[in-house]
Amino acid sequence: MKRYQDTELFRKADHNAFSPAGHKIATFFFALCLFHLSPDSAAASAVASSPELIPPEAAMQWWIWPLILFVVTFLLGIVAVLGGVGGGVLFVPIISGFFPFHLDFVRGAGLLVALAGALAAGPGLLKKGMADLRLALPVALIASSCAIVGAMIGLALPANFVQTALGATILGIVAILLLSKKSEYPEVKQADALSTALRLNGIYYEASTGQEVNWKIHRTPQGLATFILVGVMAGMFGLGAGWANVPVLNLMMGAPLKVSVATSKFLLSITDTSAAWIYINNGAVLPVMVVPSIIGIMLGSIVGVRILAKTKPAAIRYMVIGLLLFAGMRALLKGLGI
Amino acid sequence: MEKRSKATEEQLAYAKVLDMGMKIGLIALVITFIVYLTGIFVPHIPVNDLPKYWGMPAHRYLEAAGINSGWSWLGMLGKGDFLNFTGIAFLAGVTLLCYARIIPVFFRKKDAVYGAIAIMEILVLALAASGILKAGGH
Repeated sequence: MKRYQDTELFRKADHNAFSPAGHKIATFFFALCLFHLSPDSAAASAVASSPELIPPEAAMQWWIWPLILFVVTFLLGIVAVLGGVGGGVLFVPIISGFFPFHLDFVRGAGLLVALAGALAAGPGLLKKGMADLRLALPVALIASSCAIVGAMIGLALPANFVQTALGATILGIVAILLLSKKSEYPEVKQADALSTALRLNGIYYEASTGQEVNWKIHRTPQGLATFILVGVMAGMFGLGAGWANVPVLNLMMGAPLKVSVATSKFLLSITDTSAAWIYINNGAVLPVMVVPSIIGIMLGSIVGVRILAKTKPAAIRYMVIGLLLFAGMRALLKGLGI
Repeated sequence: MEKRSKATEEQLAYAKVLDMGMKIGLIALVITFIVYLTGIFVPHIPVNDLPKYWGMPAHRYLEAAGINSGWSWLGMLGKGDFLNFTGIAFLAGVTLLCYARIIPVFFRKKDAVYGAIAIMEILVLALAASGILKAGGH
């Protein structure tokens, strides 16, 4: 990294410069590169090239990293479906840990990846009545407002601080995934006053048992308050927030698991929208990262759904947890400069 | 008769707009990216120079590339890279359209509380999208 510290711009940017581990992964995926995307479009330019600013690693063909990004996000899409987690929670720690992109751009892309996935899933979940709009709207208002705050905090803080906090958060998510006990149909003896006033209840048809399930929720004020924190973290780290939404909706507020999962997925389309705009408007979105990532993860998700029927979900789930543990440690160490 | 979970009128209305908007946004995203890669429109940042910028913090990237924050990209749609923002912005704006669609439904059903929640959400999203909120500088 010291090789290009003589320039101010790259001295500031060296936090995200290549790592040995990143290079190994890059070398591995480079072997998978089969085609070259148009190299000639740079012939004319509005921004003058400054060769003295180019770090040695940047001498690689520009398209290699987006292509590797596409391949990795494709694989992440498969793993996310098989492991039952959102793509965003895998995307940000892995891409920020092993790719040369600055954390600001990774978080911007992570939010748009999570947003695109939620937008794609939303209509089906709403039409089937699995996601509950009534439950989602008050939660979304709080989470999306706080996601704006989180995004602004995240963009204002030094990258190494955010990277460290990201690592700690990912390790916390690992703990949640390992320890939280999901409840198919939580027992809600009595709906609280707020949920009664907002009519936060419903009926969904459980296809596996052929029964209609009546549900209501409790501890609504506590749940809504928790979404303040969830929103801030979603915006700050660009992770999406399914990992937090589901436990809060299911375990704290008592919504059935399927309703919680579906409503959480739909909720991301609103929470991530507000945070994504902050990243877009503050220059933290690079199309060359965003588009391959969105396409890669969506195609991966499609393949993942097909593989899902033939795999053992428990084993994959532990693999995902192991992957998150590794990525979380990597983010933590990178943030601490170790 | 097939049993199905009950989706409310507003839920179905929301889903319909979301479905259409999501498809338009994704198609726009893919088409504009292909246009970008083909080089039909000259990009503001030459693709070969991208590695110089993607390691920078966002605010430094804006300075180095001579780009203004907020909606300045609208004036740069003739550039191949900024053309991509049409699809990105559309995807990020779909939710606003969905909310706008369900507000009349809530008020017609005399559900003023949810109508108000939907209006507040639009204001929150509009604030986020406005470009007024500046961040960064670390």
